[in-house]
Amino acid sequence: MDTNAVSSDSKQYIMLRFDSEQYGIDISYIDNIVRLQPITRVPHTQPYFLGIINLRGEIIPVMSMRKKFELPDKENTNASRILILKLEGNAKIGILVDEVREVVTLTDDDIEKITSDTSDTRAYLTGVGKYNDTLISLLNISVLISDIENE
Amino acid sequence: MDLSQYLEIFIDETKEHIQTLNDQVLILEAEPDNIDTVNEIFRAAHSLKGMAGTMGFKRMQRLTHDMENVFSEIRNGKLNVNADMIDIVFKCLDAIEGYLANIIETSDEGTEDNEEVIALLNAALEQGNGDTAKEAESAKPEAEKENKSDAPSDRRKYLSIPIADFEKNAMTEAKAGGLHVYATTVYIQETCLLKAARAFLVFKGLENKGEIIKSVPSAQDIEDEKFEFDFSMFIISDKPLEDIKKAIENVSEIEEVLIEEYNIPEQVEETSKPKEAEADKPEAKDNKPAKADDKKAHAKTGNKPVVNRSVRVDIEKLDDLMNLVSELIIAKNGLVSVTGAVAAQEQTFNEQIEYLERITTNLHESVMKVRMVPIESVVNRFPRMIRDLSKKLNKEMELIMTGEDTELDRTVIDEIGDPLMHMLRNAADHGLESTIDRLKLGKPQVGTIRLDAYQDGNNVTIEVSDDGAGVDVEKIKRKAIEKGTLTEEQAEYMSEKEAIDLLFQPAFSTAEKISDVSGRGVGLDVVKNKIEGLGGDVEVVTKLGEGTTFIVRLPLTLAIIQALMVDVSGEKYALPLNSIVTVEEILPEDIKYVHTKEVINLRGTVIPLVRLNEVLDIEPLSEEEDGLDDDTIIVVIVKKGDRQAGLVIDKLLGQQEIVIKPLGKFIRVPKMISGATILGNGEVALIIDSNTLV
Repeated sequence: MDTNAVSSDSKQYIMLRFDSEQYGIDISYIDNIVRLQPITRVPHTQPYFLGIINLRGEIIPVMSMRKKFELPDKENTNASRILILKLEGNAKIGILVDEVREVVTLTDDDIEKITSDTSDTRAYLTGVGKYNDTLISLLNISVLISDIENE
Repeated sequence: MDLSQYLEIFIDETKEHIQTLNDQVLILEAEPDNIDTVNEIFRAAHSLKGMAGTMGFKRMQRLTHDMENVFSEIRNGKLNVNADMIDIVFKCLDAIEGYLANIIETSDEGTEDNEEVIALLNAALEQGNGDTAKEAESAKPEAEKENKSDAPSDRRKYLSIPIADFEKNAMTEAKAGGLHVYATTVYIQETCLLKAARAFLVFKGLENKGEIIKSVPSAQDIEDEKFEFDFSMFIISDKPLEDIKKAIENVSEIEEVLIEEYNIPEQVEETSKPKEAEADKPEAKDNKPAKADDKKAHAKTGNKPVVNRSVRVDIEKLDDLMNLVSELIIAKNGLVSVTGAVAAQEQTFNEQIEYLERITTNLHESVMKVRMVPIESVVNRFPRMIRDLSKKLNKEMELIMTGEDTELDRTVIDEIGDPLMHMLRNAADHGLESTIDRLKLGKPQVGTIRLDAYQDGNNVTIEVSDDGAGVDVEKIKRKAIEKGTLTEEQAEYMSEKEAIDLLFQPAFSTAEKISDVSGRGVGLDVVKNKIEGLGGDVEVVTKLGEGTTFIVRLPLTLAIIQALMVDVSGEKYALPLNSIVTVEEILPEDIKYVHTKEVINLRGTVIPLVRLNEVLDIEPLSEEEDGLDDDTIIVVIVKKGDRQAGLVIDKLLGQQEIVIKPLGKFIRVPKMISGATILGNGEVALIIDSNTLV
């Protein structure tokens, strides 16, 4: 990747799609993107966790963004992917998404901060990015994770 | 010099020495005349002092030095062992442990001088010297120097080396001929790996400067590394002192060179006497064959691991190795499942697979063995603890331990110490009656606490028992009612076992008085949590008036286990083999109901049934889907202690060696799932902890 072109106040995001909405995740969190594979169900766990998968000998829990954001369920397609996020202390978590689009670079100017309202899913957003004519909701992964941990 | 890198080794070795001292002092208390023990203690104290000195822990060094002095006197028969002295020594050991605790936490020994303990030690020493004043008199000049804790004179070891007549003559002649006679003690850095080589270089360097007329230990011993970190020499030379000193200092890894012009002692008697006080110096043997065993003892301190041949290995390295083996097993399972699928015709291919299987099994076993540590390393501090408790509680008691050589995985060993300690304290404080009560009851005056460990299949069982009063079930119930955790009615119908289980609830203590030792209500619940966290369980067997036994069962290892793979409504699960009793096929009409709960009567035992698909929250498959013969039901009978339960499953998939993996940090895992494992085809299966279902 040509990082020289990226100026200091800009960041790269992985662009994802849920239905017609676009979401972005800070690329520094991404460990891996894998195709859909059999997920072993875990009984009596948080409802948005689909279960666990085997990623080269490592067990990784996978959650559904749709379930977490209370979006309507949808059949998985060929475009469905599991995004493996690497977090503090080498802990990993998988996120099932409808589709992974592309990597975009956004500068601070492209991002409009939003005041978080804890009652809805917007609490998990850091802001909304503008890329060409598309609006991208930027996910606040650290809030999302601490939310899961504290549950 | 930066010593931080040696700190870990220092801590480890100090722990070892303190343990040795504790053990040996206990023996000494029982057998005050055991000279081997005294020697052992002296050596450990001496090493401790040296190590503390090297690391720059001055206070610790001073304390150990004074302790060493006391044992030096005992060893020379100038001081007798008595109960007071043992107490002082234990106090001293506690103080040293205090230093160590500080060092572990802050890398510094702290500022506690422990003057009191030092004063006690010196008082004991004085008393000894007073008793044997006459002997001390004759040993005067050098012996006195030895007793003063002033470091420089102590380090000039050459002062206390006896000089034989012929050597003295040679020196006198040399002096008369205008030559210099130098005496020197050379200290090699304790971190030096090839001390014999360094010493050799010193000798080599001095060869063309003068003549070494005597060295202690002897040149041969030095060559064989039979010395600690210092050696002394007498040199006749025409070169000035500085020249000689430089020649020695030129050799690297030399810590300190003490050298001076030697004053030849006038009288032979005067030098031969202090030899007694300095009996630990190996040269005593050169002149006196009677002291031969001292020399052996010295050699032992030099190359210690004669008995205990061990290598310290970082646990992380072992973990890496273990992970590799785990990978290998997964890969092997993969191969096995491939062959099953293709039904490979090639005979040789199958043989290779079997070969691989044998290797991985062996490799697994040996790696496990490397990780296994005898529980001795945990339990050896308990005799001392019981002794102290005995004094503190003013109860006579003894601890009998068996099976200290039983081995457990390192990870388990590290965690098991505290729970065991809690149980022993509990036995000493609550379990045993006071000595007076015991006599009244016609029981032996001395209470017995036992710690028995043994291997039992894939488990290790540790029993902590006492012959005390036993648990009064009624008293527990009353207490629980008082505390409001139990209603009168509940208490009425409560079984003995359930009542005893109350003991393991947080903040439950039946001790009437809250003592220093126990009774604060923390303990047994912590014990239970810890042991269950290790995949084990605790059980209490008690008989009123006769005693209580805590039975702790622990898994040998936490990493790889044998499991039975089962199918429950189309999902695969692993059941650890060690909790399975049998597998039974039953007919639907065999199921009976007790309190609306399903049970079966298996050869006279009523066993409750657990429908795994229900507890695991799985939709049962419709009849067409499962394609099973519904006339029979497969039940896996599992046990926990002496209780059993029957787990209803759909299909048996066979036995397999599985590698336990954690489920990751974020997902909430129900108690009945103890982990996950990766099957040969890459699929993930959950491992069921059947203990939670019994």
